[in-house]
Amino acid sequence: MNIVAQPLTTPLARPAPPAPYGMLAELTHRCPLQCPYCSNPVELDRRNVELDLDTWKRVFSEAAKLGVLQVHLSGGEPTARRDLEDMIRHCVEVGIYTNLITAGVGVTPERLQSISDAGIDHVQLSFQGATAEITDKVSNFRGAHERKLAVAREVRRLGLPLTINSVVHRANIHQIPAFIELALELDAKRIEIAHSQYYGWALRNRGALMPTREQVFWALDVVEEARARLKGKLTIDAVVPDYYAKYPKPCMNGWGRQSLNVTPSGKVLPCHAAETIPNLDFWNVREHSLSDVWLNSPAFNAFRGTDWMPDLCKSCERKELDWGGCRCQAMAIAGDAAATDPACHKSPLHAHMLALAEADAATGEAEYDYRRYMTPDRNN
Amino acid sequence: MTETLATTGIPRLARGVRLRNDEARGQWVLLAPERVLNPDPVAVEILKKVDGVRSIDTIVDELASAFTVDRARVATDVDAFLAGLVEKGMIEVTNPVIGDAAS
Repeated sequence: MNIVAQPLTTPLARPAPPAPYGMLAELTHRCPLQCPYCSNPVELDRRNVELDLDTWKRVFSEAAKLGVLQVHLSGGEPTARRDLEDMIRHCVEVGIYTNLITAGVGVTPERLQSISDAGIDHVQLSFQGATAEITDKVSNFRGAHERKLAVAREVRRLGLPLTINSVVHRANIHQIPAFIELALELDAKRIEIAHSQYYGWALRNRGALMPTREQVFWALDVVEEARARLKGKLTIDAVVPDYYAKYPKPCMNGWGRQSLNVTPSGKVLPCHAAETIPNLDFWNVREHSLSDVWLNSPAFNAFRGTDWMPDLCKSCERKELDWGGCRCQAMAIAGDAAATDPACHKSPLHAHMLALAEADAATGEAEYDYRRYMTPDRNN
Repeated sequence: MTETLATTGIPRLARGVRLRNDEARGQWVLLAPERVLNPDPVAVEILKKVDGVRSIDTIVDELASAFTVDRARVATDVDAFLAGLVEKGMIEVTNPVIGDAAS
């Protein structure tokens, strides 16, 4: 036995976390679409609390200094910010790679030209369906699909690389082959097939979104086959469904390990759903530098590394592969953010989680509780 | 081994692909959509010369003289490396048209 006495006055030194590679900048929560699985929180930020341009510029400069290489300009709909081009120009100036994540509704060819001229590196465009009928129904916006097609063509005409993002769930999972065909037709080099992740809005709508086990396994086969067939032509990245999984997803590749997320009002989160965990102390860029938040904020240190893990995870050979899975899911299903992710087959709640999915998939519920501001707006 | 790319071709990084010095980590990185690649030191030396102006021949000449290595060996390495990135869509090679200079 080897016991080393530690002085009580100085805390054990925590090794400095590695620098983050990516930052999700949620510039606004305003969006013309109302997707029922939106990754924004249920309590959406309004325009009057959004960070101004100068603050965003400071945040991007601090991000570059901290080691962030890529910024994902997202929302809501990021083009709702009229100063988006100024932000892109600033990122280019400080050497950050910029990725625009857009719904492509209300984006004119002139606006795209201006975004391209500002120096955007890559555009990711969402499609809620592979056909107009499904896109318009899921986004609750008539004519959305046609507008997206026009934006995709314009993006390629400008010579910008294009990624198609499709969130899949019960109403469109059968369209995965059609999504892939659509990506090829639109000359995208990359497609994300992202199974809906059940936090916030999606958790509210889980009954209407959850696919059956058979659908999920069919989808995995379809993606695997398409990947092999289209190698070198189209990159297919998949976000896996985990309610039917054996192992949990390595959420964010570990809490506070590679990336961070800044909300429209300036809160810095380890992931976009982190606010579903109560009592975590999130710092704001209005009061702290990004580096200070990354290194010292209680929320980022809460589940960093492996020290926080329950014995079940700590003793697992996959602890630095899965990083304990997803903290927000542990919160949502186990009611404890520090529990083993119930998606893991070792979790005592694994069978319970599977039963929830099977029950939801069997409901036949088809009505969505669409994403929207919860209270009437008095300011804008 | 035969080269797969025309050595008179002029390679350039595709739009959406950038090479930069990552000072925070003391390394060079190649940035692409949702990707961060860590090229090895040899790859970095090649990529630094991919500027949309130099031809593959020029790049090979410069590397062979800078590192005093056999030119044929450099040509094979450069071709294999660039061809791999062309296949990934990260590098485009334009071939100068004969008589282009006069137009």
